[in-house]
Amino acid sequence: MYHWDFQVVWQSWDLFLWGAWITLAYTFASILLGIVIGLATCFARLSNSTLLNGIARIYQEVFRCTPLLVQLLWFYYAFPLLVGVEMNNSTAAILTLSLYVGAFYAEIFRGGILSIERGQHEAAAALGMSSAKAMWRIIMPQAVKRMLPAFINQSVTQFKNTSLISVISVAELAYMAAVVNGQTYRPLESYTLVAVIYFLLLFPLTQAADYIERRMRVSD
Amino acid sequence: MTTSKPVRQEAAPAGEVVLEVRGLLKSYGRHEVLKGVDLALHRGEVLAVIGPSGSGKSTMIRCLNMMEVPTGGTLSFLGRPIAPSFKGKGEAIGFGELRRRVGMVFQHFNLFPHKTVLQNVTEGPIAVLGLPRQEAEAIAMDLLGRVSLADKCNAYPNHLSGGQKQRVAIARALAMKPEVLLLDEVTSALDPELVGEVLKVIGSLAADGMTMVIVTHEMAFAADVASRVLFMDGGVVAAEGSAEEIIRAPANERLQSFLARFHA
Repeated sequence: MYHWDFQVVWQSWDLFLWGAWITLAYTFASILLGIVIGLATCFARLSNSTLLNGIARIYQEVFRCTPLLVQLLWFYYAFPLLVGVEMNNSTAAILTLSLYVGAFYAEIFRGGILSIERGQHEAAAALGMSSAKAMWRIIMPQAVKRMLPAFINQSVTQFKNTSLISVISVAELAYMAAVVNGQTYRPLESYTLVAVIYFLLLFPLTQAADYIERRMRVSD
Repeated sequence: MTTSKPVRQEAAPAGEVVLEVRGLLKSYGRHEVLKGVDLALHRGEVLAVIGPSGSGKSTMIRCLNMMEVPTGGTLSFLGRPIAPSFKGKGEAIGFGELRRRVGMVFQHFNLFPHKTVLQNVTEGPIAVLGLPRQEAEAIAMDLLGRVSLADKCNAYPNHLSGGQKQRVAIARALAMKPEVLLLDEVTSALDPELVGEVLKVIGSLAADGMTMVIVTHEMAFAADVASRVLFMDGGVVAAEGSAEEIIRAPANERLQSFLARFHA
């Protein structure tokens, strides 16, 4: 019978705390950058320019059709050789995470904007609004509501995906579990504890997403 | 209606030509919808446009505020040409200004569902004309009173009947103090029992001297309210004249057979 001993693992609580902080920081930073990249990509795809459209599509498909793990390794080990510039692991991590999530966000934003009826664009135009003003005042407020559930889901996935940056030695939460395991030889406790921390951080988020989705259905 | 008429942006003699189209063409790919429409809309005139579906009525009225960009012909507003862009250029008036001064009401209302009734009506004055909120709200409440919906000012469009939605849409268009109002089959999406309340509002606008173009299937209403009726068929104006000539005593054979369907 295995004798559970969280005591040993708990002694490294500061490592878990620091790891959780790093995970949160990478999650939020990559989400923020991802929103910017996603919006730019989304509007490039919605534009009339074939060039912008093409570039945006290629970017999206490259990042959606290759695994994040491969992208991380590529940006950390291969990209510097290609351009001849040193890149530290945190830069490679934030760059890859943001580009990855941005490709998915772009599709969520685009779907939300395209789901708004043509009549809304027309009503705004008929009042003399420019298309930019109509987008900002009329289309976006409605589209954001429809994007929200998918956006939150993608962000939850992003939160968990940050665990992958441990492979390029960014000391986030999953990396800390490996460190503590190395020190204590207690894999069961180390990895269970880290799973519980992820769960406790994410469970409220998925509940919020469900709540928002339910409320949206009521108002529609 | 007891309130004052919309303030005209330009003092002009009655009957002056406001909107004029010549040789208007519109095609979608190889499909020609408008095959050369000529039209002059005078100030204070109520022009009803009738005709079978597919005759180009809606496309024509949507060209008048550049909702559809014509593929040929010319359009002018108060004698000024229309620039092919949102912003005007020199003498030419842009889509933005044209649409500020030529309002439109749609068949499917197209109210902004995320805004209250009051916010729907103040949106144009605030976002486009740059009026302060208070002033815009005063205008909006006045207009909502005119369409008998002042008590619904804080409701959201989803909670209104079709007739109420369309009356809000009319108030929204009027809040811009347009010089011309375009009404594109505004009662076609309504349940029959709700048509009357919308027509009543339009009738009172006509009585107030509002310049309007009305695309409609309500023949009796068109005959009542229109100062001139246009019968469109196959992408051209097939007949034009007073309500008496066009609707009550049509001479044109094609027009007779079209109207016969409404008396069935």
